[in-house]
Amino acid sequence: MIKVEDLHKSFDGNEVLKGLTLEVKRGEVIALIGGSGCGKSVLLKHVVGLMKPDRGCVIVDGKDLSTLRGRNLMQLRDRLGFLFQGGALFDSMTVFENVAFPLKEKTKLSDDLIRERVFQELERVSLSGSEHKYPSQISGGMVKRAALARALVTDPEIMLFDEPTTGLDPVIGLAILNLINACHERFSFTGIIVTHAIPKVFDIVDRVVMVHEGVIRGDGTPEELMDSSDPVIQAFVGNEGAA
Amino acid sequence: MATFARLADMFLLRKLGGAGLEYLYRMGVMGLFLLKAFFYVFIPPLKFIRVVKRVHFIGFQSMLVIVLTGGFTGMVLGFQGYNSLSKFGSEAFLGPMVGLSLIKEMGPVLTALVVAGMAGSAITAEIGIMRITEQVDAMELMGLNPYRYLVVPNLLAIMISLPLLTAIFDVIGIFGGFLIGVKLLGVGTGTYFGEMASYMAMKDIMEGVYKSLSFGIIIVWVCCFKGYYTGVFTGFGAEGVSRATIQAVVLCFVLILAWDYFMTSLLF
Repeated sequence: MIKVEDLHKSFDGNEVLKGLTLEVKRGEVIALIGGSGCGKSVLLKHVVGLMKPDRGCVIVDGKDLSTLRGRNLMQLRDRLGFLFQGGALFDSMTVFENVAFPLKEKTKLSDDLIRERVFQELERVSLSGSEHKYPSQISGGMVKRAALARALVTDPEIMLFDEPTTGLDPVIGLAILNLINACHERFSFTGIIVTHAIPKVFDIVDRVVMVHEGVIRGDGTPEELMDSSDPVIQAFVGNEGAA
Repeated sequence: MATFARLADMFLLRKLGGAGLEYLYRMGVMGLFLLKAFFYVFIPPLKFIRVVKRVHFIGFQSMLVIVLTGGFTGMVLGFQGYNSLSKFGSEAFLGPMVGLSLIKEMGPVLTALVVAGMAGSAITAEIGIMRITEQVDAMELMGLNPYRYLVVPNLLAIMISLPLLTAIFDVIGIFGGFLIGVKLLGVGTGTYFGEMASYMAMKDIMEGVYKSLSFGIIIVWVCCFKGYYTGVFTGFGAEGVSRATIQAVVLCFVLILAWDYFMTSLLF
């Protein structure tokens, strides 16, 4: 479903991705782990076409993202959901308006049906009663859940999560991961989760991929990675796990 | 020593060349931004409700300042004009002087400067904050075109609002001149308005309308561009937004005054 081939990306002469290659099968959920600044979020932004590679390509469902423009790119993005690290909720809209926005703009559903869908989605993420609040009036965890509701309201085939638990306390972080898992069981989306929530995230993913210095350093099931003899993987998984 | 001097020259040339190319690149990006904005004006669907909201924001919310600025500008013109004209015994021409100055020049320019300072800076800050908090990216990832939501409504709204605000500025300004010239300094009401009517033509009014329309396009072009490219050309975070806002207002002021000169000297 998602194929990343020999991806290279530099910023001001600093090479962040150095020929990264990765494949995610349909319905599979992978965790992308690695040290800060190793290029995980940059990789995610390439997968959705927000960044263009210097070299290499990203193929989503057989289509090379770097060749897609205008309407074709928009059509592909209609099938994507993206949970931003900071939520990226529209701050001049209420929680309800934020979740309803993609439905209003991208579908021909009636106002009543949109209302019903939004309330349903907000209930799933335990935000009933907060629909009239603005993003600045709710906590970080609630922002993440509202953003999750907005990303899932259109039933995307591919979901990308950029550090969904960062900045949250362990209880809410775990709740978010469980929510992602529940949504995956319901929608069977293909997912990539960029996270530092190790080992909690291992319970909800099929595969774990470790990015180190711009390339894939480890790729396997959570158990395989935990048992890896690679000192870099062990140090990271061990340290993060202990934290 | 000579080698060192040659190396220094080459370094300087490379720096200058690099800066020149970067400047050209930015101008190109800015030009394309305007073209895209106009392109999406004519491609449906148009976000009509957003246009109305922006007319309220740009037009209605600037009105009080425009009324005050227009009134005081007209009053100053009344005083200065009377003082200058009375030296030649031509106080009767106070009406045409105030009217023509306002309608052809001061009305469009001062209104545009006020709107650039108020609404323009707010547009840059708003889009800039949306950019750095990834709200623009979120819009793109929903398969929506940010130009339709952030640029086109502002462009249409300012093309509706600015000529109207300029007209209000002109009318209030003429009334301000009337207060000083007629009520305070004793020029006759008939003389003030009669002479104004006989020296003013439709062409003069249209000159003001064309100017305000083009100033409006400049304001939205510059302010939306600076906001949209916050983090790319102006640095990141709150500092980036602040820098983008300052740059937008300063560039608007310079472009409005320069474009006013070109329009006045070449077109009219």
